[in-house]
Amino acid sequence: MKAKVLLSLILLCGSLAAPAARADDAAAAATPVAPAAPPACEVPSYLLSSESQLPKVAEAIKSGKPLEILVVGSRSTTIPASEDASYPARMQAILKEKLPPQEVVHVSVEIQSKKTAEEAAASFVKLMEAKRPTLVIWQTGTVDAIRAIDPDDFRGAVTEGVSALQNAGADVVLMNLQYSPRTETMISVPPYLDNMRVVAQEHDIPLFDRFAIMRQWNDQGQFDLFSPSRGPELAKQVHDCLGRALAQFVIDAAHLEPVQQQN
Amino acid sequence: MTIADQVTGTPIAGAKPVDAKPVDAKPVDARPRAAAPAISLPAIGERELRLDLFRGLALWLIFIDHLPPSLLTWFTIRNYGFSDATEIFIFISGYTAAFVYGRAMLESGVLIATARILRRVWQIYVAHVFLFTIFLAEISYVATSFENPLYTEEMGIMDFLKQPDVTIVQALLLRFRPVNMDVLPLYIVLMLALPLILWSMKWKPDLTLALSAGLYALTWEYDLYFSAYPNGFWAFNPLAWQLLFVFGAWCALGGARRMSRILASPVTMWIAIAYVVAAFYVTLTWYVPQLSHLMPKRLEQWMYPIDKTDLDVLRFTHFLALAALTVRFLPRDWPGLKSPWLRPLILCGSHSLEIFCLGVFLAFAGHFILAEISGGAAMHAVISLSGILIMWGVAWVISWYKRVADKSGAKTKNAVGNADLAGGG
Repeated sequence: MKAKVLLSLILLCGSLAAPAARADDAAAAATPVAPAAPPACEVPSYLLSSESQLPKVAEAIKSGKPLEILVVGSRSTTIPASEDASYPARMQAILKEKLPPQEVVHVSVEIQSKKTAEEAAASFVKLMEAKRPTLVIWQTGTVDAIRAIDPDDFRGAVTEGVSALQNAGADVVLMNLQYSPRTETMISVPPYLDNMRVVAQEHDIPLFDRFAIMRQWNDQGQFDLFSPSRGPELAKQVHDCLGRALAQFVIDAAHLEPVQQQN
Repeated sequence: MTIADQVTGTPIAGAKPVDAKPVDAKPVDARPRAAAPAISLPAIGERELRLDLFRGLALWLIFIDHLPPSLLTWFTIRNYGFSDATEIFIFISGYTAAFVYGRAMLESGVLIATARILRRVWQIYVAHVFLFTIFLAEISYVATSFENPLYTEEMGIMDFLKQPDVTIVQALLLRFRPVNMDVLPLYIVLMLALPLILWSMKWKPDLTLALSAGLYALTWEYDLYFSAYPNGFWAFNPLAWQLLFVFGAWCALGGARRMSRILASPVTMWIAIAYVVAAFYVTLTWYVPQLSHLMPKRLEQWMYPIDKTDLDVLRFTHFLALAALTVRFLPRDWPGLKSPWLRPLILCGSHSLEIFCLGVFLAFAGHFILAEISGGAAMHAVISLSGILIMWGVAWVISWYKRVADKSGAKTKNAVGNADLAGGG
């Protein structure tokens, strides 16, 4: 009983302090040295745990080989005019921070703007020959949802794409859509989320649930995703948190010892 | 015990004396017309309150399902089995439409009945276009006021605004349907087919039902569909969903009465209960993944995906099971039907088209309020509840207006076959 009261008090304080904390984050993000994750980035652990593993990533780090990560994404992979603040760049920074200092981490980004999963998957064989990454993070679904592609066709395309990536010898992480409350009445998202989850389960690969994570942030008041603000600040903060969460997700799924975790 | 019996319920004294007949009299026999058709129409007596009740319920559930998920969403039946409110809505629509226009066809001939059905189709079409206009207004507003760089990609949904010449024409052709606007086009196509269905039912009801099932089977076998714009197909395939509509019509035109022995048998009841419980268990595994280990893999492979677009057999049978249980355990003379607590539902159900459109509009508006003025669970609950209250209020006003208008127009207007009486469509 006591614990319950305490918990609700903490939650209450948390929600009261949230706007203030957000202002602090903006300040913290401006200063380059920010080892600990800002409180706004908190994600419940169940959203970051995966039963599937990343054996090739684990192997590369164990044997001291460079970790080549390729993010295949779309326009929501980037922030217009602020590339360094986008989540792939943030993930690279956090991984470098958390992995042993001798480990070489390189993240490259392949933007498939306005392409459906099927169109993106068609380019994978060539892409993999050119880049030869250890890990591919494939973020997809938004374009398909916007164009209302048949969910079964979508699942088929994601399955094919994942197989192509795996056949080329890479670990794969799937990343689903953004949580976008403003367009909820206009874009039907659930079928695409469900099908990505199914493909991830079938192939036993980790799924980074960007949708649930962002919704959690919005519901808890860490970020106001309804904000009509035209400035890039909100996007930068969200991408920073996404990059952190993604780095943590990769480290956990690869079962890496947090050698130099500073927090 | 059957649905058809209900419609023949005791006539209100003085209500529509032309049509009021004793419960047991065969309506067709009592009719002087020589061309006694294969179907039998129950007399218009008391309103079928159960139809209104469940259609009202379906309308509320559709409204709640169209809002973002909240606590209330857990009260909607799609969480407890395969079928959902759409099945109820389409079945009851088929039932009432056949009831009203089937009577018109017998009394005034095929031509007049067809003309009246087409007028109804026109009303539904106009309602759909009206909803589309509201959607356009909302999306245009968002497009111009919301430029968060986080969501540049999602704003791709606005691309269709760049070529209104194509999109609006496609919308008028019912090929471009934004989210949540799929039910009315389905309804329009089904109503367009209604003259043919009724004409065929007048001739041979069972064969019509068999043909409908045949079309359903062909749709599955050859993957027939209605294409949509810009790609894909209709979210509710009319070629499959017609089965439910025709089945509703078949029940209304005497099928339910002929099935009454099957429906009353305890075997049917236990099969229905077993199926509903099994479906509930399967749905439970979607929300409690720990249970899914107990699901046989073979069964899962056979069962999934449970297709809504083409009205999966599992969904159809689930609806049948629910309907069988409802008819059995909710007798037509259940006193609760007259209780003031169910009054709001029945009121909404008796003005289904208006309340359906209102529900879609309120869902848009609810989203808008959640977006513009703060979300949160409390706000969400307020929106859901006030939405339902508004639906009730408007249904009440429509009823009141109809009562008043009918009173003043009673002298000039022929009371026979008033489409609104049985909630026509």
